[in-house]
This record gives sequence, structure tokens and C-alpha cells, in this order.
Amino acid sequence: MITFFGIPLQALLGQLLLGLINGAFYAMLSLGLALIFGLLNIVNFAHGALYMMGAFCAWLMLNQLGLGYWAALAVAPVVVGLLGMIIERTMLCRLYKLDHLYGLLLTFGLALIIEGMFRQLYGISGMPYAVPKELQGGWNLGIMYLPIYRGWVVLASIVVCGGTWLVIEKTKLGSYLRAATENPTLVRAFGINVPLMVTLTFGFGVALAAFAGVMAAPIYSVNPLMGSNLIIVVFAVVVIGGMGSMAGAILTSFGLGLVEGLTKVFYPEAASTVIFVVMAVLLLIKPAGLFGKKA
Amino acid sequence: MMSKPRIAILLLLAVAVIAPHFVYPVFLMKGLCFAIFASAFDLLLGYVGLLSFGHAMFFGFSAYVTSHMAKTWGFTPELAILGGVATAAGMGLLTGWLAIRRSGIYFAMVTLAFAQMMYFLAVQAPFTHGEDGIQGVPRGKLFGLIDLNDTLVLYYFVLLVFIGTILFLYRIVHSPFGQVLKAIRDNEPRAISLGYEVERYKLLAFVLSAGLVGLAGSLKSEVFQLASLADVHWHASGGVVLMALLGGVGTVFGPTVGAFLVVAIENYFAEAGAWVTIIQGAIFVVCVLLFRSGIVGVLAPWLKRHGLKA
Repeated sequence: MITFFGIPLQALLGQLLLGLINGAFYAMLSLGLALIFGLLNIVNFAHGALYMMGAFCAWLMLNQLGLGYWAALAVAPVVVGLLGMIIERTMLCRLYKLDHLYGLLLTFGLALIIEGMFRQLYGISGMPYAVPKELQGGWNLGIMYLPIYRGWVVLASIVVCGGTWLVIEKTKLGSYLRAATENPTLVRAFGINVPLMVTLTFGFGVALAAFAGVMAAPIYSVNPLMGSNLIIVVFAVVVIGGMGSMAGAILTSFGLGLVEGLTKVFYPEAASTVIFVVMAVLLLIKPAGLFGKKA
Repeated sequence: MMSKPRIAILLLLAVAVIAPHFVYPVFLMKGLCFAIFASAFDLLLGYVGLLSFGHAMFFGFSAYVTSHMAKTWGFTPELAILGGVATAAGMGLLTGWLAIRRSGIYFAMVTLAFAQMMYFLAVQAPFTHGEDGIQGVPRGKLFGLIDLNDTLVLYYFVLLVFIGTILFLYRIVHSPFGQVLKAIRDNEPRAISLGYEVERYKLLAFVLSAGLVGLAGSLKSEVFQLASLADVHWHASGGVVLMALLGGVGTVFGPTVGAFLVVAIENYFAEAGAWVTIIQGAIFVVCVLLFRSGIVGVLAPWLKRHGLKA
């Protein structure tokens, strides 16, 4: 057997794959957070709760309507995205002139409400969601066994995040978005409907979270607390990467996922805290974050 | 002839002294502990403008240390509490030193992340006993003389500590040091240009806040004879933000009012499961959208017109 620092290669690769999967979820969530923060200057604390809603949407569609994974992957982001837009239009839009902290507090309240409602309705024990037929089973790669679904999650996340990045960096729409992030007043003066853009951006960021939620349903059990535990780690990821750059957010996410996977191999006890330690070290040496402008 | 504010404060004191004969003392003590917690938290939010989303780590860990010292090592309550406060202040020094490098929402996220790290540590560390927590902590005799097992005696002890804390915080806020803190809150670049070492002031405020929160956590573990994971959880960090916001950020008595209200809601809906969370969330939303100055903040102008200062 091939070993690597005394660890069987197979175990190492297995954990790295798990790390990549975590990274895939961090990427989808931190990208949405960064998009929203760029335009709205709000850190969306409800992001985790909306991710959880995405997963529940998939579960409910399967159990109430008999609609499967692929339908959920298309419908859940739209439903949750619409809900996000309603939240933005009715509540968040009143806070733009105030201190950014109020946005954080409001979305924290929303997260509590959403999480509490789902806990009241479904309890805290997780509910299983089967891997769709098409993605069951796995490939034997010779050095390791790759469950197809896990490969699919990593691939889909890369495609979605990469696609979002391309749209923002390379299209006209994206250029409006970047311009509005820099100077919304000026962009409005050019006749572009910035409030609409803000609403759509929030909707899209939130839809991304719901998409991640559907993807997560077959891997983690569907339960009301799945979002809040994840979002705090994603916050640390965002502090490390800085929210100034989309590509930075994506790269940091995958990188930290891998760091987490490696920690699980060499020192499992620290796996849940390693990202926070990385954050502490980074604050010492580069307080603005890896890709951030001076905050 | 006494001034109106003095009469009001004497009246409040009188109410606090006779209250345990009418209201369940443990509820009052819980309220007082959380009032200290919220007031100490508000020193940062209200007077330095730093929103910490991780104050539960100081609250929870001081409770663990006090409980461990009292139960396993057999220290008297005052030493156990002192140990809790010192631990919290030490943690505050370390995390604050790192966290004040960022400001605004990043500060909130950094403190939240550190608190989550401490939560994971509390789950894993052997001395916290994981899910069980430290149970059946002896209350012991204060200075080896005063028996705190008598609920009324304990109540007056907690009340005294509470009054001391409020006076101390009042002193801090109205000292030259407090004035500098407010200057930093209102215009940090200006404070820097005036030659103040802003970072030092922020760090000292953070450590003071953490230490006093530790006092609250230690007291709570004395009252309930328990230190548990719930006190380190991010829900507790969010709860204290709610208390300060609801009562009135940056007011002397606001966090106390907010703490008693939130504790009352928790007690009232204790049987209703997740409804507590939903109601807390709803109060957050209402406070942020309609009611940003909080209860005391709204009442203060009215009280002032009648010759009182809140």
C-alpha cells in the first residue's frame, strides 16, 4: 500500500475529497454572501437559514408532491430567491442609509424566525433524502473509490461559481453590477435601475444558497439547524478571503475545505476548529484578508 | 429636599430589596445576571460602537471555570468567581487583541467565529463534561462565613454585585476614558488624528467588557449550580445583543430592562419549544425596523421632561 507521511494514500485522498465537498459548499455560500455584501453592504446572517430552506424545499417537494431531485434543483432556488426578494423589498431596503450593523441584526432576527419555525414544524432530528438514481453508485479510480454524487457536487459547484464569476467579470450586466458596487449614485445617474439590480442581486445570492441546500440534502440529513452551523464557518471563510473579490471568495473556500480535510487526516480533533485558527493567524499577519481591501 | 433622580433611584432600590418576597427569587437572580451580561456587552456596542457576536464565550467559560474551581478544587465562592472573571478577561485580551484589527461587520464575524471555536473546545474539553455540563456545583460559603445556600442571602449578594457593576460601568462611561471611547465611536479617524492610541482604548474596553461578562457568567453558575454548553452557544451571544437592543443601546439602564424582558419571555414560553426563538427573532426584526433606540431610549426624553435622567 502507498503511504504518505504514514497515512495510507486512500485515506488521504478520501479526506481530501470530503474537504473539496465542504469547500464546494463554502464556495457557493461565500460567493452569495460576497455578491450581496458588495452591492447591499449587508452581511446576510439569514444565508444559512435560507440554505436550510433550500434543502427543506427539496424534501417537501419529494414527500408532498412526488417531485424528485432535478425538479428541486430548479425550483427551490427560484422559490427561495423570490422569498429573498420579498425580504429585500419589504425590510432590508429600509436600512441602506443606516449603519451596516443593522442589516446584520435584522437578518440575524430573520434567521432565528426561519430556524425556529422549521424546528417547531419538523423537530431537530434530521430527515434522510436519497441520492437521485442517476448519481448513485461510484467509480473505482484505482487509487480510491469516488461516489458519483460527491463528484457531481464538486463539479456543479465549480461550474456554478465559475459561471457566476464569468458573468460578473466578462458581461455587460456584470460590468453594471461592478460599477454599482463601486458607486451606486453615479450608475443611477446613467439611467440604470440600481434598486432593481439590488433586489435581483439579493435574490440571486439567496438562490445560490438554496441551490447549495438542495445539493446538500442527499449528503447531510435535512434538518433545521444545518444552516446555522455552516454559516458561522462560512463567515470565518469570508473574513479570511475578504469580500472584495469574487474569485478570491471561491478560491479561499476550496482552499480552506482542503485544509479542513487534511486536518481530519493528521489531527482529527482539530478539524472543526482549524478554519478559526487560520482566521486568527491571518488576522495577525494580514488583517485585511487574503484578497480584501483595507476594511 | 432630594432631587427627583435620587428619589427615583432610592425607589428602585427599595423595589429591588423587597422584590424577592413577591417574585420567585431565582427568576430575579437570573434577570440580574443577564442584566450584568447585557450591560457589560453594551459597554462595547453602546460606547465604542463595536458589535460583538461572540460574548457568550466569556459568559460560558467563566461559568465553567467557576464551577470547576468550586466543585472539583473546593474553592470558596469569591475565589471561584474571581477565577471566572480572570479567565474571561484573559480570553478577552487574546481574542480582543486579534478582533480589533477589523471593524464593523467584520468585527462581528470575527468575534462570532472565535466564540464558535470556543464552543467546539467546550464540546471536546474533558473538564467541561461535554453535553452534561458541570452539574451540582456547590454554592459554598462566601469568605467562609456567609452561607449562599440560603436563597435570600444569595439574592442580596447577586443584587449587590449587580449594583456594583452598574456603578462601575457608570463610572467608566463618564470618565475621561469613557469620553475617548465615545469619540472613537463617533469619529475614529478624528480620534486618531488627535493623538489617541485608538487600538489600546478599544482593547481595554474589550477586556473590561469581557471581564464583567465573566462576572455575570460566574454568578449565573452560582445561582443555577450549573455550567452548560447552552451558555457558550451562539444563541446566547445573539440573546445578549437582543437584550441591549430591546432595552436601549448606550443607556445606563436599557440593557437591564431588556435583560429582564427577554428572561421573562424565555420563562413564559419555556414550555413552547421553538416559539422562544421565533419570538426573539420577531423582536429583533421589529426593533431594527421601527424601534432602534430601544425602550429606555424611547422613554428617556419623556423622563427627562419630568426631571429624571435615565
